[in-house]
Amino acid sequence: MNTTAIGQPNSVAIGFFILFIIITLVITYWAARRTRTTEHFYAAGRTISPGQNGFALAGDYMSAASFLGIAGLVSTTGFDGLIYSTGWLVGWPVVLFLIAEPLRNLGKYTFADVVALRLKQTPVRIAAAIGTLATVILYLIAQMVGAGGLIKLMFGLSYETAIVIVGVAMIAYVLFGGMLATTWVQIVKAALLLGGAFLLALMVLARFHFNPAALFAAASTKYGAGVLNPGKLVSNPLDTVSLGMALMFGTAGLPHILMRFYTVPDARAARTSVFYATGLIGFFYLLTFVLGFGAMVFVGPEAIKAVDKGGNMAAPLLAEYLGGTPFLGFIAAVAFATILAVVAGLTLSGAAALSHDLWVNALHRGEADSRDELRVARFATVILGVIAIVLGITFKGQNVAYMVSLAFAIAASGNFPALLLSIFWRRFTTAGAVASMLFGTLATLLLIYLSPTIQVDILKHQTAWFPLKNPALLTIPLSFVVGVVVSLMSERASVDDPAHHRRMHLGEMSAD
Amino acid sequence: MATTGAPADEQLRVLAAQRWRIALTLTAVMIVLYFGFIVLIAYDRPLLATLVAPGLTLGILLGALVIVVSWLLTFGYVRWANTKYDPALRALNNAGTARGATR
Repeated sequence: MNTTAIGQPNSVAIGFFILFIIITLVITYWAARRTRTTEHFYAAGRTISPGQNGFALAGDYMSAASFLGIAGLVSTTGFDGLIYSTGWLVGWPVVLFLIAEPLRNLGKYTFADVVALRLKQTPVRIAAAIGTLATVILYLIAQMVGAGGLIKLMFGLSYETAIVIVGVAMIAYVLFGGMLATTWVQIVKAALLLGGAFLLALMVLARFHFNPAALFAAASTKYGAGVLNPGKLVSNPLDTVSLGMALMFGTAGLPHILMRFYTVPDARAARTSVFYATGLIGFFYLLTFVLGFGAMVFVGPEAIKAVDKGGNMAAPLLAEYLGGTPFLGFIAAVAFATILAVVAGLTLSGAAALSHDLWVNALHRGEADSRDELRVARFATVILGVIAIVLGITFKGQNVAYMVSLAFAIAASGNFPALLLSIFWRRFTTAGAVASMLFGTLATLLLIYLSPTIQVDILKHQTAWFPLKNPALLTIPLSFVVGVVVSLMSERASVDDPAHHRRMHLGEMSAD
Repeated sequence: MATTGAPADEQLRVLAAQRWRIALTLTAVMIVLYFGFIVLIAYDRPLLATLVAPGLTLGILLGALVIVVSWLLTFGYVRWANTKYDPALRALNNAGTARGATR
């Protein structure tokens, strides 16, 4: 593949990209005029419909890791990449069955609202903010790395310039337009991404009489039957199970996803929006089967790795092969829009943790002026944007799908167990919640540091202290155990259970 | 509310318990489905390598089915909750509000 236009400025890509920026800035301008209070800034005034929120959830979730990372993994490893495709969907039913409705009824802006509701505010809020920020920052790094690599290849800009452009655009959306702008940016992006991926998949399948099995057969003829079966990437069985746990339970602990349930009017709308989101996301991941194998057959693993070692350029290269430079430009612009939208959502949830959880509820005992809170939230947005830019430049060259799976491990171990226990278990105490969240977050970070990926691949040591690439297998159950044991050892909170129970099922209206 | 609300609270507990039973059962189905797939990947690769059609291995077919069945489960739950659970909840809430107003 010496003929690729990747790496040279692409006028179609730049045109589409500028169009996307103009549309989203117009949305931001429109949203900024309606963003006057914290309820607007964090929750879009709770005016988003279930269908809109379904698209926005899908937009927040289908990140660069999904589109670029999974297509890359499938095209270079075959079946192994599909483990990510399925794993990333199965968390959604769990969110629907266990979390969405109580979360909407019990909380206001963040998931920490729910955990802290019956407990002591300050310690719970601080612990939740640590879990949120760890998840958000790791996730942000993955997105920034994807964005930097992509723009560098697409537009011929330097990696660093690309990261700065993403950071500045994202800060503008969140700073001025808050949740309303972020939601509509997600909706536009989700429609573009689904449309682009669908079109690309159709073009692949058109060459195989619209029979996916014929495509898979072509891949196995060309690269051996092994590409259709579990292979090297999952050589350690426990690693496979561990990754599966992180993906399944991590979704239910992602702060920027959980925050979306506060943008709809009530629990019923929250529930219905998950159904729409699951359909859209499931459809998208089914498309990644076709895109990944399509890139393997038409472009080839060697050519893909030659352009980008992580494999992240498989989908754009496939687009170029099938539709020439203009289609490459369109797909690149879509992927870039995808990243921009996801970082905006992540930054907003990080800003909410800093302002709503830490500044208002931990430092000012929940009694801060709403206008001050809004100012702090906007200040936090700028800080997080700058952090994202700096870390994006620092972590150049990592595979984005793997980086995101680590963010999922923290969300699944630090946030999910405490959130679930606070909903289900009346005996849960402040000490138990804080212990579970801190243990989950810190143990995950520590074990990631001791894992083969950091110790062997990055630090070039002979062996790693901890055998698993993803620690979720150990850290999720242990976080539950820590939460339960510490709760049983500490004094139970004095709470009005019937009122709490009414509110969990009926919402705030009847919580009197 | 402490005295007049008690029967409504009791009814709400029954209704809520029913929702949790359904939610937990569906969650369990989801976990069995997905980890069944993962355990097969980890421990029984030859089975997943079985060809069910030319080019289509059992592994790829099951992976796609996990996605489709997950979505069908959310459909089933949302349908039940919107047509059965919500009306019952609303009836209960209206009754509770009425009692509270006439108290």
